[in-house]
Amino acid sequence: MAQFNLNINGNSMNVDVDPNTPLLWVLRDHLDLVGTKFGCGIAQCGACTVHVDGEAVRSCSYPVSVIEDKKVVTIEGLSETGDHPVQKAWLEHDVPQCGYCQSGQIMSAAALLKKNPTPNDEDIANAMNGNICRCGTYTRIKAAVKTASQSL
Amino acid sequence: MTLIDKKLNRRSFLKVSTLAGGGMILSFSWLAGCKPTAEEVLTMPDEWFEINSYIKIGENGAVTLFNPNPEFGSNVKTSLPMLLAEELDVDWKYVFVEQADFYPERFDRQFTGGSQGIRSGWKPLRTAGATARHLIVAAASQAWNVPADEITTNAGTIEHKSSGKKAGYGEMASLAGTLEVPDPESVKLKEIADFKIIGNSKKNVDGIKIVTGKPMFALDHKVEGMKYAAIVHPPAFGMKLKSFDKSSVTSLPGIQDAFEVKVFKDDYSRNFFDTTTFPEIIAIVGNSTWEVLQAKKSLKAEWEKAPESTFPMAGRGGQAMDIKVPEGLENSSSHKEKMAEYITKPGNVLRKDGDPEGAFKSAARVLERTYSAPFLAHNTMEPMNAFADVKGDKAIIYAPTQAPELIRQTISSSLGIPLENVQINLARMGGGFGRRAYSHHLTEAALISQKIQAPVKMVYTREDDMSAGVYRPTYAATYRAALDGNNNLLALHVKAGGIPESPIHANRFPAGAIDNYLAEGWQIESNITIGAFRAPRSNFIAGAEQSFLDELAEEMGKDPIDFRLELLKRAETNPVGENNDYDPKRYAGVLELVREKSNWSSVPNGVSRGVSAYFCHNSYVAEVVDVSIKDNQPVVESVFAAVDCGIVVNPDAAANMGEGAIVDGIGNAFFGEMAFENGAPTKTNFDKYRMIRHSEAPKKIEVHFVDNKEDPTGLGEPLFPPVFAALGNSLYRATGKRLYEQPFQPQIMQMENLRM
Ligand code: FES
Ligand code: FES
Repeated sequence: MAQFNLNINGNSMNVDVDPNTPLLWVLRDHLDLVGTKFGCGIAQCGACTVHVDGEAVRSCSYPVSVIEDKKVVTIEGLSETGDHPVQKAWLEHDVPQCGYCQSGQIMSAAALLKKNPTPNDEDIANAMNGNICRCGTYTRIKAAVKTASQSL
Repeated sequence: MTLIDKKLNRRSFLKVSTLAGGGMILSFSWLAGCKPTAEEVLTMPDEWFEINSYIKIGENGAVTLFNPNPEFGSNVKTSLPMLLAEELDVDWKYVFVEQADFYPERFDRQFTGGSQGIRSGWKPLRTAGATARHLIVAAASQAWNVPADEITTNAGTIEHKSSGKKAGYGEMASLAGTLEVPDPESVKLKEIADFKIIGNSKKNVDGIKIVTGKPMFALDHKVEGMKYAAIVHPPAFGMKLKSFDKSSVTSLPGIQDAFEVKVFKDDYSRNFFDTTTFPEIIAIVGNSTWEVLQAKKSLKAEWEKAPESTFPMAGRGGQAMDIKVPEGLENSSSHKEKMAEYITKPGNVLRKDGDPEGAFKSAARVLERTYSAPFLAHNTMEPMNAFADVKGDKAIIYAPTQAPELIRQTISSSLGIPLENVQINLARMGGGFGRRAYSHHLTEAALISQKIQAPVKMVYTREDDMSAGVYRPTYAATYRAALDGNNNLLALHVKAGGIPESPIHANRFPAGAIDNYLAEGWQIESNITIGAFRAPRSNFIAGAEQSFLDELAEEMGKDPIDFRLELLKRAETNPVGENNDYDPKRYAGVLELVREKSNWSSVPNGVSRGVSAYFCHNSYVAEVVDVSIKDNQPVVESVFAAVDCGIVVNPDAAANMGEGAIVDGIGNAFFGEMAFENGAPTKTNFDKYRMIRHSEAPKKIEVHFVDNKEDPTGLGEPLFPPVFAALGNSLYRATGKRLYEQPFQPQIMQMENLRM
């Protein structure tokens, strides 16, 4: 066990966990931030996507010990009231079905748009290919990313 | 106005009462007006089509509607309450939808599956809404002392025009709660033309919660003092636990205990949805998910081959029968050999019209093709998990399940506590696809909680989930067509089977359209467990049948749509045989609509297209898939779907469902495959089990609905089965090669120099 001081969604938070614990489980079990989901545990599905210093990372494969003073943003911290352009576009296109993959999808999309505010189809596919949606909402995801891009 | 046509069952009731803080609540429960055939929903008991719900109208006018069905992404939580709201005549803006938890007395017949949510709720929920409206009007009539039939309602307000009296529903709700409920047979429903909510897209009522990451799933649940549990199950079908060394994990940090969990009591008569691959597993309990997942890796366990065994299963009439679980460690290669053997043997005759044998003898030519598809894992995005808190003789469960009612009996038996003390609260499901109709994960969590005497959250890893069985079966189908010297179709013969069930729907198209028709089935037993998977059996046989009809049309020199329409014309005007379970006109209708919407005869440059049509879950769907070849790889450019599922309640959500089913079908056709070596699944996570991803999804999907006034039918499943053949047929036109075996991708990889 070891103490870690983490910067999550702009707040400083302390946890006492095994240094190998993936950020995913620190968020979910220790900090009660359960919007970040568990899908595969091996960086293959994207359900656990969060931002670490603005980069989309798979939190299931990101040990808490390497975070240090990097800034972590989760779906809960993407916006105060759910009004990030990506969230708004998701609602406009009524993207979710079961919804389980969607916080990961939204975090991947938000990271993409930050780097590339006007992505084409190929850019979108490249950035979103790590996020599986078992319900098959990909065409809506693409449309929503484009809508969000226009409102940036 | 139409009178509802519905026979009330003895167990049905409608009850109105006043709310504690003012206002009214109307609760109701009755049998649904329609029942799917047993074939469509496997062996679901009829009672599952009882609808139970509530309408609450507060004094402030706020309307709360309860969604009775578990939500797994088909958006019933929005669309079922739309039915209530329509007849209640309220403004959707002021409607709040709550998930009806599973209360033993009230919501005792909840099920999501078989695409029956809207179909079975259509009349009961509308009637309930109309009854509540009727009560509000009756209350106003009393309060204002005016005749009820002079009172009108509009979007949550009531008005008596000639006296100028006007009020909100809330003002009448408390009085309404004291009135006598009218005979539901006398309550009038709106004319379709007067619908204001049904047919107008409403956004997902949980949209904002989803996009902001609010806790909604069982996996997100946490209570004070809760422990975490992981499970370890045998590594292969046909194996069982011999022994394990508890001390290999209990000394690890954060680990409290490890023990064996026996899911069923020995003499328990299982029900059809109790399918459990490994009735004995090991549970590891600890302080956090990560710690129990880590401990899984260190657990020392010994496994042994399981001998042939049997377990009692309750039949439909209540009589128990013994179900055999064969021994052995099975392999996909031997599955294929066995299936090849059965293909050549006679099967069980399921339907015969005319003289097929004679027709084949006199044929000038016979076209024969065999199609096959592998086992598939459901791979719901949220792995199996459940929260349970068992204290004394009471159990509270919070879990993702499509069928709480049946698992409740199992939990009660396994825990040894009375049925009425088992409360199952329904979590939103991170996908279902049929998998969560089998809910042994709830029993497992409950047993773990009972053992440790504390609340627990049990979670499967992806590997546990993918290797725990309940798969879509593997199937093969052989189609033969007899043609005369002038290329006329004389006879059709289909023989199809699988491990461990046959996919045949013997009375579906093209039965009824061909004079000489023979359908045979076969099955091979196995210890690999199977379960319903989006459109069971249809999800394979549609692909085989519609690929064969495509090839047959080509052999006969006919346009594939024209050819199907000719057959359907025959089935309509002069049907062959009896019990044809489709309406040829509606079938033809979707083909005609897809022909128009896809602009069938003018194929865009560089694109190859294929068509397919299928009927299941009472709905008709035709699909056209356009593919192009880029960098030697097929790219799905567009998919056009034409759907006849009657009245569409929530069109945009319905389109979303349809798009999802199409993506699902394309993904499974290209990549979906579970295989076995010595009983062990060869794929246990997404690194090996290939799922369709963003870049592989169709670039464009159009879902078009036939505009008719028919009562709504299934939607969650029917768009899935036809995609396989529409894709296969378009790939044939793109590559010059017919694909007979799923998944397609490995074969495409072998084709060199794909045609441009
Ligand atoms: S859970 Fe992290 S990528 Fe799947
Ligand atoms: S919405 Fe269900 S997995 Fe994406």
